[in-house]
Amino acid sequence: MMYDNKATMIRRELMVKIAQLYFKGTLCEEINRIPIEMFPKRSGRIRCCIHKDRAMIKYRCIAILGHRVEDEADELKPLSEYAREALERTEIDPPVLTVLDEGCSSCVKVNYFVTNACQGCVARPCMINCPRKAISMENGHARIDNQKCVNCGLCKKACPYHAIIYMPVPCEEACPVNAISKDEYGREQIDYDKCIYCGKCSRECPFGAIMERSQIIDVLKQLSGDKQVIAMVAPAIIGQFPTDYERIIQAIKELGFSSVAEVALGADITAANEAHEFAEKMHENQPFMTTSCCPAYTEAVKKHIPDMQKYVSTTQTPMYYTADMIRERNPEAVTVFIGPCIAKRHEAMNNTSVDYVLTIEELGSLLVAKGIDVNNCAAEPISEPAQNIGRGFPVVGGVTDAIRQTISPDMEFKPFVVDGLTCQSLKVLQAAAKGKAPGNFIEVMCCEGGCVAGPGVISNPKVAAAKVKKMTGQK
Amino acid sequence: MDTRITVRICTGTACYVMGGANLLTLEDYIPEQLHEIVSIEGSPCLEYCKSKEKGAPPFAIVNGVIIDSATVGLVLDEIKKQAHID
Repeated sequence: MMYDNKATMIRRELMVKIAQLYFKGTLCEEINRIPIEMFPKRSGRIRCCIHKDRAMIKYRCIAILGHRVEDEADELKPLSEYAREALERTEIDPPVLTVLDEGCSSCVKVNYFVTNACQGCVARPCMINCPRKAISMENGHARIDNQKCVNCGLCKKACPYHAIIYMPVPCEEACPVNAISKDEYGREQIDYDKCIYCGKCSRECPFGAIMERSQIIDVLKQLSGDKQVIAMVAPAIIGQFPTDYERIIQAIKELGFSSVAEVALGADITAANEAHEFAEKMHENQPFMTTSCCPAYTEAVKKHIPDMQKYVSTTQTPMYYTADMIRERNPEAVTVFIGPCIAKRHEAMNNTSVDYVLTIEELGSLLVAKGIDVNNCAAEPISEPAQNIGRGFPVVGGVTDAIRQTISPDMEFKPFVVDGLTCQSLKVLQAAAKGKAPGNFIEVMCCEGGCVAGPGVISNPKVAAAKVKKMTGQK
Repeated sequence: MDTRITVRICTGTACYVMGGANLLTLEDYIPEQLHEIVSIEGSPCLEYCKSKEKGAPPFAIVNGVIIDSATVGLVLDEIKKQAHID
């Protein structure tokens, strides 16, 4: 689905509203009004009625406040209570995603649907070829019985008019690892033994029924506390606002962060270590090495391609090195990673040097709530600038470029780039792990296009990639 | 056709975050016959987001006509209307 859609905009609008109330100091007092403000009496409705629309807004707010919607025990519990709990919370807990089961429309009971292009023909090959006798004729049109259909697709193949279409369940189709499926009521649920936290389901659901559990309240609370709060910005941020990098960094400071570090600094270290490791592994005659910087990919290896584990670089991620550096210099400070990624939120929960994670979308919403215009911020020089090598990581092929530039030129380097984790590309990786490697260096980016196309971005990925490349001189 | 059409897209942060980011791809969708007369420019915050009466961000202006909750489609419609093409 195009990332720019109504579900995304509603989510951002709610984040802005919640953050505005926080800044005003009236979060608990006024948050119960948000569903009514969004859908006032006699306003247009999106779902069956404004009451359902309001109920969904409430659930969205619960997720933005960082709670798990599935945990709702008392439907009468007001948002103000959820807000109070969020304000009192000192710890965050997994999982990073939550399913708004009331929001899930339990869409597409079976994947095959007879359109009105059906001519009710004499031959009726759909009926004759259906192995389950699931097709009958009603008013001169074929009809599929949802109870009997097993999604074999023979009817679609058989129809001479192409009148039967395949309809996917968008979240299930987007999930590269089959981690999301319907429960007994037809509503989607996530199996966290399989989930790689890529966020593709959340992005693809046309009902916006899968959300991240935001940490904006936790971060806002830290920003108004006594401790220093240090932001670590992923290089993907370069293309995320219509202005230059320096102003974006200044805008983050104006939100209340005491300093901002480029995660590209860590990426520079990742590139150096990974290049060194690659040379070593090739020297030891290992057939190939694969990247470790994409947390959704490393999670996929752990849960779905265990044979690949020994080929994954043991070099740490850019976030790891950056957080490590900050902790060492400033052990008391609170650290917040800001990037385009949902899987990073999971990675951060397993790294004691990273306290919180914000997506770029959340950062944008906080800036809007505080009335900070990035274009108007001063462009002060970055105090500790990273190299172009590290800044190039978020565009697909960027890590490969970084390794190419770092290894010795006479080394044999046969890179292969997996641009986006899908069921198909996972098969390629599974084959590679079993000895059919298409090169000696495999870069894997879970999001097609790289991190600039992550689930938490604001900019159009093409525009963003062009901006990163312009800055780093990548082709 | 001698009319020039100037499109100003607000690049203030509120507009950009609330969907304006996608308006920056508008240029790719301008019909070929209008390339000569349409010019697209980014504008600093137009301040429309400060008052609710103007509508909701993102905002764009096509020769003085303000479009709120702007999308590529809505802006294109206004351009075509002003250029008198369907």
